[in-house]
Amino acid sequence: MASITLDHIAHVYPGAASAAPHYALKPIDHVWRQGRAYALLGPSGCGKTTLLNIISGLVTPSEGRLLFDSQDVTNVSTEKRNIAQVFQFPVIYDTMTVAENLAFPLKNRRMDRGSIDRRVGEIADLLDLRPVLNRRARGLTADAKQKISLGRGLVRADVSAVLFDEPLTVIDPALKWELRSKLKAVHQALDMLMIYVTHDQVEALTFADEVVVMKDGAVLQIGTPADLFERPAHSFVGYFIGSPGMNFLPAVVSGSRAAVDTATFDLGMSYDIPASGKRVELGFRPDYATVLPTGDLPVRILKVEDLGRRRLARVALGAHEAVATLPPEVDLAQGEPGWLHVPPEHLHVFVDELRIEGRPA
Amino acid sequence: MMDKPWSNRAWFLVIPVLLVVLFSSLLPMMTVVNYSVQDTMGQNSFFWNGVAWFQNLLDPTSDMGGRFASALVRNLIFSLVVLLIELPLGIAVAICIPRHGWKVGATLVLIALPLLIPWTVVGTIWEIFARQDIGLFGAVVNGIGIHYNDTEDATSAWATIVVMDVWHWTGMIALLSYAGLKAIPDAFYQAARIDGASRWSVFRNIELPKLQKVLVIAILLRFMESFMIYTEPSVVTGGGPGEATSFLSLDLVKIALGQVDLGNAAAMSIVYYLITLTICWVFFTIMTQLDQRKGL
Repeated sequence: MASITLDHIAHVYPGAASAAPHYALKPIDHVWRQGRAYALLGPSGCGKTTLLNIISGLVTPSEGRLLFDSQDVTNVSTEKRNIAQVFQFPVIYDTMTVAENLAFPLKNRRMDRGSIDRRVGEIADLLDLRPVLNRRARGLTADAKQKISLGRGLVRADVSAVLFDEPLTVIDPALKWELRSKLKAVHQALDMLMIYVTHDQVEALTFADEVVVMKDGAVLQIGTPADLFERPAHSFVGYFIGSPGMNFLPAVVSGSRAAVDTATFDLGMSYDIPASGKRVELGFRPDYATVLPTGDLPVRILKVEDLGRRRLARVALGAHEAVATLPPEVDLAQGEPGWLHVPPEHLHVFVDELRIEGRPA
Repeated sequence: MMDKPWSNRAWFLVIPVLLVVLFSSLLPMMTVVNYSVQDTMGQNSFFWNGVAWFQNLLDPTSDMGGRFASALVRNLIFSLVVLLIELPLGIAVAICIPRHGWKVGATLVLIALPLLIPWTVVGTIWEIFARQDIGLFGAVVNGIGIHYNDTEDATSAWATIVVMDVWHWTGMIALLSYAGLKAIPDAFYQAARIDGASRWSVFRNIELPKLQKVLVIAILLRFMESFMIYTEPSVVTGGGPGEATSFLSLDLVKIALGQVDLGNAAAMSIVYYLITLTICWVFFTIMTQLDQRKGL
């Protein structure tokens, strides 16, 4: 039970060109607080697993310090760190039964027989492993095996954190939901610090209290799922979170007005564009933009996609394209003209990919 | 399923294989079977002898039977001893082989070297190596005060053959085990570190179970090889001193080619062959069943 502090942690894998160090993980400062559930979200190869392995000690960072509470553990071995980690593919001990698998981390730490049995029983109940406790682990299905791996991660009550490295990759979609909600329940029941690596935004947003979005070894934004959706700090976050992602249109912003080609958006706030800014973009989510039969931003409907639950229209705004919602009562078809509406509070201005705040006009 | 057309004409496609098998193994073996049930007075005239050769061979009180039984026991002991030494040693070597860098290639080549040497050359190397006057091994062992003479003393002769076999074949088990170890994903070792497992525990619970399939193959190969050993002892000791290292194959060649005792030799060949076949089959069945039962 502890909070974990990343004090300017960065990592370069050995063998990378030393002249201009290529960071697998760019310097990061962050405190993971006890009892919270975090998700590390980002595309493959963005440094999520490296960060996770640094916390568990499988990788020693090339720069910075790692603190568990106030204790510096940067050079402490994995075994002595009191960290549990669950990997992408199920790791089970073939020779042991399910119960022995679950008891293994406790047995290695010389816990007494009675406490081990009690703890294994609790975890087995939590993960519905009770009926298979006395079976050999190797004959079970992939998702049962992964449950055992999860169980081994959760069985130690005294760990500082439980780390999950895309643990649901091998689980089939129907069971994913079940296991994910199980994990959420486990988190609430056990009050542990959990860090969950994934490239699946749904997984990240449903599991975590706070999501860390990463790209190319850098942390772009840390925030609650709502923060990431409503106020993405970086255009990548806007694009990566949400389905479909945020629209970005090159714009000329002056004061509270943004001009995209010949169209003008009213921003509701006044923005000061720094002189150094090279690329100014207007961003808005398809979820908040609507296409209606009247208005003052004329667009042409290129395509209507019916997703069942809602309809999306791909529209042309001058030379640019955007995606917006087509409300159920609106009867517009492909090729017809329409008018785009975006409430000012859902319009964001990005300068060189970073979101800037406006001030009341 | 019901409308599936079916015909037996495809069986004709098997004929070429059957022909090859017929000429490569079945017919030569039948000539041996033929000799095993006949006797001769010379001049190339043979007459029916029933199962007399077999009766004689399998009766340990008879001359031939006693000779066969003691060679068989010798052979089984030899196979057991070399397996008991080579298996753990090979696994231990495999664990010590580096996993990354230029050292991997260098180590693997060094370990594979004995495997690339022809059997007779291995025999010759060890015959010279073991000599008390000019052989490095023999001279050194005698030099430190241990009586060692592989041409006069049965224990010395056995030690030489066993050490030679270990030198020759441990590398194969090491290479097979190394391949098996390399196939274990890193996550298993990482998980073991997180779980706080000791080195022994990693070996016992991860490496050994993952090596099981490879080791079944290794045991089978080494058993068959050692049970049929001929060339090396024939060069080093010639089966001596006395009968001390006369393994089945050595004895068989003596009877067939030395004494031209075709009936006895043919009967012995067949029994020898059946024993090898049976032991391998039993081995394999036990191992595969073990594998399946664990899965339940």
